[in-house]
Amino acid sequence: MDVWSTLFPAGMAHYVMGGLLIGSGVSVLFIFTGRVGGMSGVFSAVWSYVSRVPYFQQAQFTATRRWRLLYALGLIIGAAVWLLLNRAETVTTQIPWWQLAVGGFIGGYGARLGNGCTSGHGICGLASLNWYSVLAVLVFLATAIVTAHIVSALGGA
Amino acid sequence: MSRRVLSGIMVVVSGALFGFGLALSTMIKPEVVLDFLRFTDFGLLLVLGGAVTVALLAYQMAPRLLKRALLNENFAQRPTATLKTTLIGSALFGVGWGICGVCPGPAIAGLGAGNWPLAIVVVAMLLGAYVQGRFARVN
Repeated sequence: MDVWSTLFPAGMAHYVMGGLLIGSGVSVLFIFTGRVGGMSGVFSAVWSYVSRVPYFQQAQFTATRRWRLLYALGLIIGAAVWLLLNRAETVTTQIPWWQLAVGGFIGGYGARLGNGCTSGHGICGLASLNWYSVLAVLVFLATAIVTAHIVSALGGA
Repeated sequence: MSRRVLSGIMVVVSGALFGFGLALSTMIKPEVVLDFLRFTDFGLLLVLGGAVTVALLAYQMAPRLLKRALLNENFAQRPTATLKTTLIGSALFGVGWGICGVCPGPAIAGLGAGNWPLAIVVVAMLLGAYVQGRFARVN
């Protein structure tokens, strides 16, 4: 087996194409509206509709919640269009629910504390040549790789 | 058409490109993300590399070529956090990502492709974000 099929056993084209499309989405948002399109912000911004906690009533959430929700709606529409065009079988993850729940909670807390996730720091931050984001990406890749190996060693999915 | 409506449409269009890309690149399958984190398929790096390359061009060129965004708004900067919270938060985010293989974008996009268990992640992330904001210091 050559090196490429060892590194990328599922092929490379769909990864590259998908990445270019994701970058295009972030770019269209920026060029048309001037907005920086990370994804974790919506998880804080929606609380501004229902919570009086002062943190959520800051302008960074109240002034952005509308477009962040529309952006999330677009994400769902885009994935649904992909499903229809490919007449693909819906994929259902086999990851146990407790891993989804615990990982989602810790990940959601951490992304908001660190002010960004794989899209906010990983795509937008790196594209802004922001050094905090470079550090953030190196840190979360490192802890994610270590954690995934530990979960695997403990018999997790 | 009012600028507000047009702006809303462009936000949905950008989100749809993003979501289509996440589905096409199979990032909405946590199994594929965990394969990367366990070094059996490095595809995630191609996705990230492709996305950063395009976004880098837009982020660096647009403010030089245009005074304002096309729909007449100022180009925003990412909000800044302190180095300490950036590092601690990112470390925790990685731990969560490593446990479930799902980050915020794929959690939301996965719902559009019918990967229903990801709704658990969306709810859990909402709760995590609530706890973060509830105990955050506001200046």
